[in-house]
Amino acid sequence: MTDLRELYQDVILDHNRHPRNFRMPQCHNHKAQGVNPLCGDEVQIYLQLNEAGIIEDISFQGRGCAISTASASIMTETLKGRSVDEADTYFSAFHQLVTGEGGRAAAELDFSKLEVLGGVAAYPARVKCATLAWHTVQAALHQNNEKITTE
Amino acid sequence: MTSAALDVDSVRADFPILKQQVHGRPLVYLDSGASAQKPEVVIQAVSDYYQRDHSNVHRGVHTLSQRATAAYEAVREKVCTLLNAARTSEIIYVSGTTAAINLVAQTYGRANLSVGSEVLVTEMEHHANIVPWQIACELSGATLKVVPFHDNGVLDLDQYRTMLSDNTRIVAVTHISNTLGTINPMTEMIRLAHDVGAVVLVDGAQAVPHMTVDVQALDCDFYAFSAHKLYGPTGFGILYGKESLLEAMPPWQGGGDMIKQVRFAQTTYNDLPYKFEAGTPHIAGAVGLGAAIDYVSGHGLGQIAAHERALLDYAQAQASAVSGLQVFGTAPDKAAVLSFELDGIHAHDVGTVLDHEGVAVRAGHHCAMPVMEHFGVAATVRASFGMYNNYDDVDALFAGIARTKDLMSA
Repeated sequence: MTDLRELYQDVILDHNRHPRNFRMPQCHNHKAQGVNPLCGDEVQIYLQLNEAGIIEDISFQGRGCAISTASASIMTETLKGRSVDEADTYFSAFHQLVTGEGGRAAAELDFSKLEVLGGVAAYPARVKCATLAWHTVQAALHQNNEKITTE
Repeated sequence: MTSAALDVDSVRADFPILKQQVHGRPLVYLDSGASAQKPEVVIQAVSDYYQRDHSNVHRGVHTLSQRATAAYEAVREKVCTLLNAARTSEIIYVSGTTAAINLVAQTYGRANLSVGSEVLVTEMEHHANIVPWQIACELSGATLKVVPFHDNGVLDLDQYRTMLSDNTRIVAVTHISNTLGTINPMTEMIRLAHDVGAVVLVDGAQAVPHMTVDVQALDCDFYAFSAHKLYGPTGFGILYGKESLLEAMPPWQGGGDMIKQVRFAQTTYNDLPYKFEAGTPHIAGAVGLGAAIDYVSGHGLGQIAAHERALLDYAQAQASAVSGLQVFGTAPDKAAVLSFELDGIHAHDVGTVLDHEGVAVRAGHHCAMPVMEHFGVAATVRASFGMYNNYDDVDALFAGIARTKDLMSA
């Protein structure tokens, strides 16, 4: 069971049980829904961008497994206060992290929280769980109000 | 056929794939509802066919073509016996249950459905017995109606009686629910449908591997199943249909083998069953199914059903002792399937932890999203049994469930 704890680290289990920014926001100007048709998981992401293109608020709703819930929760903590360009950079780096492609994240990125999801790379069937929320943010930022799927 | 109880140890020894470890643990395969494993005799039959007899069927005078055709057609007799059909012309080779249902929806359905007519399906159907009817209804203007089930997974027969009417043209219903395990009361449902003049298509994908099916006793109009759930190859299956209905139906796919004569002015279609078998078929699939039918019949479907029922009872007794475990589908008449949810733990997480214990289960919506919706869940875990499973497999499942709870609440 020791290698399973690489996937289900305490931080992930904590985010699963107590997801951060798991709420319907008072106001938002970008949103998107993501679904994983294989398992029926779904997530709604709400973003409030200011005029400078900074993510002032980000929150989510939905239901999913421990990996997708924790990933969404950690993502909201990571992206809050960042610009749209930075969000894109984090998305690419996170995608590389969980698919096991590429090396370490660039030094300028704060991966302290995201790194706990690195264990997903050993579970190809679960990569979609980890990336669902991130794909949904991309949709919210770049193709507003689109419904996206991981398929 | 033997009347002795199934010798599970000897059955297990016949399945090469079971002799392996997954994540350092002996493989415990509890996903036969998705696809069953293959005994050595099936693998060997397919291999022998390709090594010795392969050629195209119904096309040549040479020796190999005759051998391939003989092997291919002999399986029709075996299927005929398995289902107790009246004649081999009623046994149509298709690629699987899904293709069988689509064939009926696109031929019988489109010829007999129109505005004002109705198709009845149930809330517990697999998507393969929902979507083809949605398409047929959309094309014809007919209405699709859904017979609900009770919370224990038993179909609401009162509702069924109420929903049947002179407008009902087709009832499409699963013999055994792939998610709930419910065995539906087919004989009564078919009689009631016939009383209003409707025909009945039975989705037998989950039933044929787990019980004796007699299409004449059922008096069903169409019956569909897949070889791969009956320990045979993927990509092959059977549509049974009453001869009078099949004769009256327009063909589905056009091509070689389904014609007698092709002229640009007019083409004459072939006789049954070939009218519905266009193109070069999955010959090895048929050969493998033949070997699988011999294997299963040799052990006796009655014995297999009794063994699987004992496993299910054993599993359900253990399930009831696990706190936070909810079973979906508790019909008294039930087969081979245990669907459940662990409180606060997503099915995918359960599936991943169980996989680490060597236990293969299905986690997801099981291609039955309306069933998930009924219970307000996104996904369930499903353990499904086959003839090779034993009590140790069930114990391994529940040991894995205990580990899942430990890990996820850590």
